[in-house]
Amino acid sequence: MSEILVLVDHVDGTVRKTTNELLTLARRLGEPSAVYVGSGEAPVEALKKFGAEKIYVVDDAEIKGYLVAPKAELLQQLVEKTSAAAVLIPSSGEGKEIAGRLAIKIESGLITDAVDVEAGASGPVTTQSVFAGSWTVQAKVTKGTPVITVKPNSAAPEEAAGAGTVEEFAPTISDAAKAAQIVASQPRKATGRPELTEAAIVVSGGRGTGGDFEPVENLADALGAAVGASRAAVDSGWKPHTFQVGQTGKTVSPQLYVANGISGAIQHRAGMQTSKTIVAVNKDEEAPIFELVDFGVVGDLHSVLPALTDEVTKRKG
Amino acid sequence: MNIVVCVKHVPDATADRRFEDDATVDRVGVDGLLSELDEYAVEQALQIKEKSGDEGTEVTALCVGPEGAVDAVRKALQMGVDKGVHVSDEAIAGSDAIATSLVLAEAVKKIGDVDLVVCGMASTDASMSVVPPMIAERLGLPQVTLASVIELQGDQIRIKRDGDAATEVIGATLPVVLSVTDQTGEARYPSFKGIMAAKKKPLETYALSDLGVEAEKVGLSVAWSAVEETTERPPRTAGEIVTDEDGSGATALAEFLASKKFI
Ligand SMILES: Cc1cc2nc3c(=O)[nH]c(=O)nc-3n(C[C@H](O)[C@H](O)[C@H](O)COP(=O)(O)OP(=O)(O)OC[C@H]3O[C@@H](n4cnc5c(N)ncnc54)[C@H](O)[C@@H]3O)c2cc1C
Ligand SMILES: Nc1ncnc2c1ncn2[C@@H]1O[C@H](COP(=O)(O)O)[C@@H](O)[C@H]1O
Repeated sequence: MSEILVLVDHVDGTVRKTTNELLTLARRLGEPSAVYVGSGEAPVEALKKFGAEKIYVVDDAEIKGYLVAPKAELLQQLVEKTSAAAVLIPSSGEGKEIAGRLAIKIESGLITDAVDVEAGASGPVTTQSVFAGSWTVQAKVTKGTPVITVKPNSAAPEEAAGAGTVEEFAPTISDAAKAAQIVASQPRKATGRPELTEAAIVVSGGRGTGGDFEPVENLADALGAAVGASRAAVDSGWKPHTFQVGQTGKTVSPQLYVANGISGAIQHRAGMQTSKTIVAVNKDEEAPIFELVDFGVVGDLHSVLPALTDEVTKRKG
Repeated sequence: MNIVVCVKHVPDATADRRFEDDATVDRVGVDGLLSELDEYAVEQALQIKEKSGDEGTEVTALCVGPEGAVDAVRKALQMGVDKGVHVSDEAIAGSDAIATSLVLAEAVKKIGDVDLVVCGMASTDASMSVVPPMIAERLGLPQVTLASVIELQGDQIRIKRDGDAATEVIGATLPVVLSVTDQTGEARYPSFKGIMAAKKKPLETYALSDLGVEAEKVGLSVAWSAVEETTERPPRTAGEIVTDEDGSGATALAEFLASKKFI
C-alpha cells in the first residue's frame, strides 16, 4: 500500500486532536506516515496510537523562523522521496497556505476544507461544505498527488496501533523560502477551555450580551465547552479576534452550538452552520438564527443563561 | 511604488448561490459584485499609497473573470485606484485556483516592476485562501499573508498575523505578496467625485495571448481537481421555539439538552 503523508499539527510536541483525525482518515487511503516538524523529542507514542506506520521527524531549527514556504519545500521533497499517494494537511490558515504552495510545486490538484475523505476507485474522494454550508460538494483530484486540507472535527479519531518507525528527514531549504521571517511571536494565552475548532460544544455570544460575557462563559464552563463570539462582539472589543466564529473567523463544526444574542447573519452562519445540533437564545423571535435551530428560546440571555447554567450544574450533579 | 491589488468578482453572498449543471458556480443567475473581502485589500493598497507620500505611486486593480467581472475593477477604480486590468478569455472559464493563480501571476509580470501585490484574505465564493500564496510561489516572492496590521518603511514590510497558536509579526523586503484580513479596518465608499473620476481612468482588457499563457493550461477541462457531485443541503427542519416566561425557557432548554445527552 502507498504512503499517505499527514502533516502533524502540534503545539510544542503535544499532538492536537486534528492530527488523530487526519491519521484516521489516512488509514482509509493507504498507510499513514506522520510528518513531524519540531524540535526536541518527537511524540512517537501519540502518533503510533492512531496508526502512524512511519514517522518522518524533521528538526525545525532551520524552519521555524520563517512563514509557510519551508514547510511546502520539505513536503515536496518527502512526496518525491516516498512517492506518496496523497498528502493530508490540517485546514488552518497556515495549513491551507502550505497546501497551496505544495500543489504548485508538485503540479498536483488541491482540495481545501474537506469535511470527509473516502477512498475512491481512482484516488481519494472528498466532501466539502460550501456557500455558507448550504451546498455539499464531492470532488477528487485528477492530476498528480492529491493535496487535501481537512477541517477539524471531520472524523471521529479511532485508535489503531501503527508501527511508528521513526525516520529522520533533513530537507534542503532554499534561501527563497526564508524570505518571509517571523520577527516576533506571541503564543496564544491558554484559556483553560477546549480549543474552539476542536470542541464538542461551543457556546457563543454576540452583540446581545451587551459586552457582559460572564453568563456565556459560565454556561460554557458548566458544559465543558469552548467560548465563541460574533464579529459584532469582537469588533466591540469584548473578545479577541481568535474567538470569532464565521466567514472571517473560525469555522466550527461541534456536536452542539449555542448562539446567545447572535442574530444569525450569513457571515456568522458560514462558520457554524454544519454544527450537528444548534440552539439559540435571542430576545427577538424574528432573529434569522431561529431558522437554523433545533431548539430556540425567545428570551433575555441575561436571565435565561444563568438559570440554564444552574440547571446544567444541578443535573450534572 | 507600483502596487497591484487583486480583486475578484463573486456571486453575492446574501443571494441564493447555486451550482450549474457542469458543477461550476452559477455566475449568471446571481448578481455579482466585488468580493467584500477584496474591498479591504483595495483600502490597504490605497492607504499604503497615501502614506507613501510618493506622487509616483500607482495602484492597479487586477481581475481575472468573465466579461461582467469588469464591474469589480470599476468599483475599485471608483474607490480610488489609478488604473484597471481585466483579464478575460473564454478559455479561462471554470479554472481552478491553480490556473487562476497562473493567470494572475502572468498578469502581474505583464504589468511589470511590481513592488507589492495586495490580495484579500479569501474570496467569498471559493474561500480557499490559497491564491495569494500560490501567486507568491509562482513569482518567487515572499508572502506576508493574513495581515491584520501593516507597516511599511522604505522597502521593509512588517505585518501582524493572528495565527492558530500564536500572534506573529512577519517581516520581509519588497517586492512581496500581501494578503489582508477584515481586521485591517473598514473600506471606504466611492465618493461622487470618485465615481465620476473612475470613468476617465485607464482600463485595459487582456486576453490569454496578451499574457503569453497557452489556453491549454487553464479552464475547466484541465483543472487538476474535479467536482463529481453537488447537492443542495436540505433546509434544516424547523426546530422547536419556546418563549421564556419566568424561567420556563431555561428549564425547557435544559430538558432538550438532556434529551440529546449533552447533560
Ligand atoms: C466581510 C464581512 C465578514 C464578516 N465576517 C463575520 C464573521 O466571521 N463572523 C460573524 O459573526 N460576523 C461576521 N460579519 C458580520 C455579520 O454580518 C454580522 O454583522 C454579525 O454577525 C452580527 O453580530 P451579532 O449577531 O452579534 O449582532 P446583531 O446582528 O446586532 O445581533 C444581536 C442579536 O442579539 C439579540 N439580543 C439583544 N439583546 C439581547 C438579550 N438581552 N438577550 C438575548 N438576545 C439579545 C438581538 O435580538 C439580535 O438578534 C462579517 C461581515 C462582513 C461584511
Ligand atoms: N479571479 C480572480 N481575480 C482577481 N483576484 C483573485 C481572483 N481569485 C482570487 N483572487 C485574489 O486572491 C484572494 C484569495 O482568493 P481565494 O484563494 O480564492 O480564497 C482574493 O481575495 C483575491 O484578492
